[in-house]
Amino acid sequence: MESALLVEKTILVVAVFAITLFIAMYSTLVERKVAGFMQARFGPDRAGPFGILQPLCDGGKFFFKEEIIPAGAHKFLFIMGPTVAMFTACISSAVIPWGQELTIGERVIRLQVADINVGVLYMFGVVALGVYGIMIGGWASNNKYSLMGAVRAASQSISYEIGMGLSLIALLMVTGSLSLREIVAQQEGFVNWNIWVQPLGFLIFLVCAFAECNRVPFDLAECETELIGGYNVEYSSMKLAFYMFAEYINMFVSSSLMAALYFGGYNFPFMYDLGLSQNWITIIGVLVFFAKILAFIFFFMWIRWTVPRFRYDQLMNLGWKVLIPLAVVNIVLTGIVTIVKDTYF
Amino acid sequence: MQSLSNRKKVLDQKPLNFWERMYLPAIARGLGITIRHFFKPKATYKYPEVERPYSKNFRGQHSLKRDEAGRERCTACGLCALSCPAEAITMISAERKKGEEHLYREEKYAAVYEINMLRCIFCGLCEEACPKEAIFLDGSHVPPEQLRKDFIYGKDKLVEPRFEYKKEKEITA
Repeated sequence: MESALLVEKTILVVAVFAITLFIAMYSTLVERKVAGFMQARFGPDRAGPFGILQPLCDGGKFFFKEEIIPAGAHKFLFIMGPTVAMFTACISSAVIPWGQELTIGERVIRLQVADINVGVLYMFGVVALGVYGIMIGGWASNNKYSLMGAVRAASQSISYEIGMGLSLIALLMVTGSLSLREIVAQQEGFVNWNIWVQPLGFLIFLVCAFAECNRVPFDLAECETELIGGYNVEYSSMKLAFYMFAEYINMFVSSSLMAALYFGGYNFPFMYDLGLSQNWITIIGVLVFFAKILAFIFFFMWIRWTVPRFRYDQLMNLGWKVLIPLAVVNIVLTGIVTIVKDTYF
Repeated sequence: MQSLSNRKKVLDQKPLNFWERMYLPAIARGLGITIRHFFKPKATYKYPEVERPYSKNFRGQHSLKRDEAGRERCTACGLCALSCPAEAITMISAERKKGEEHLYREEKYAAVYEINMLRCIFCGLCEEACPKEAIFLDGSHVPPEQLRKDFIYGKDKLVEPRFEYKKEKEITA
């Protein structure tokens, strides 16, 4: 039994890892495609039909680029930077419930790598760790632009983590659970989705997720126009690719987190009214979940090619003077509504 | 002072109202604009497969014309070289020998005719100056070359290819 569990989890881990990397890989292509389409061009379409081999070409090119470690750089930390960024990006997908349960013969397989009862906290912690990759890399480069990018990234992510955490507290007041599996299971069907009870919380979470992922309009850490690339100026070859890749993995993970926390995860409307067997519900649920994730990834890109970058003081104002008070108000409102509902209805 | 063009606009910068300060409506509008562009037709020509059409009055590479009997029209008068503001054209004239009547229309012809494509500004003045309708800028782009000397086009590249003309034999005979 134990070895079967081990095999099951190993397969799940490998599958999740592969899917994460695959989606992150193709996000790079899709991003360029979306950028092109929004700017009246086609985007890359030369490598294979519709350019589907483009990510492979990019990867191959990165491999063959010269590996440069600047003379003044702290060599160990310089290598640590992208490693940490990649590592933290990858481990965050462990607690996301991809689907319900598959029954194969006697065995019931839960489509989640680890159902820990503090899943949301784990997620939060890992996301907070993500900034270390950028900080270490930026500092170790021994370059003023990298350092500025790193400092910006650090202060930005600390500022927005507060807003994010506060918006999550309101959500947890509604769900009453920290386990992601539990939270998703509560949002059965369509009307139970958390977005309907926490629209403001979702908005705050969304904005903070953009900031945590270092995506436009909050990409001040890499800000080409001011910092010529920010924390990754000195990086080349696969180390640079790791940083970029980590960004896309973060995007994927935060998309899946938003889909799971606010948009019902694998739940879809009328899921129990169609007379499907449990296995089919699970399989369709997984597909629905991925559809939601991809929609969010598209939204990330859509925003990127629409909204210009914030100025740094605007970023800080938005984080501290708008999002945090709003999140607090949201908590209070949620509390009042919960009490009123419990007492009078 | 009174504006003569009537196009002057006074910039009025009111402080943003609450709705505008919220950013979100403006962002939503921006998103609407970008998604509309997403579905619009694209301006790109997929070049090797689809070629971009030239405008009707496009001036490209020169060609030295032949007449209806297939003889070179150029008489090496040098007016094109004289009119050229970039001094790109040069030629050496020669006298037509007996038995060459089927090759050159006039008694004098250009034995060497060179245009330096790096100097040429494609203004079309040579075309205008030519009294014999011998030169036209009706080709496509000048292709890239590795060496400067390859941009000096001689008669081999400039003169129109010779077609099989019916009258040719009659003239020689």
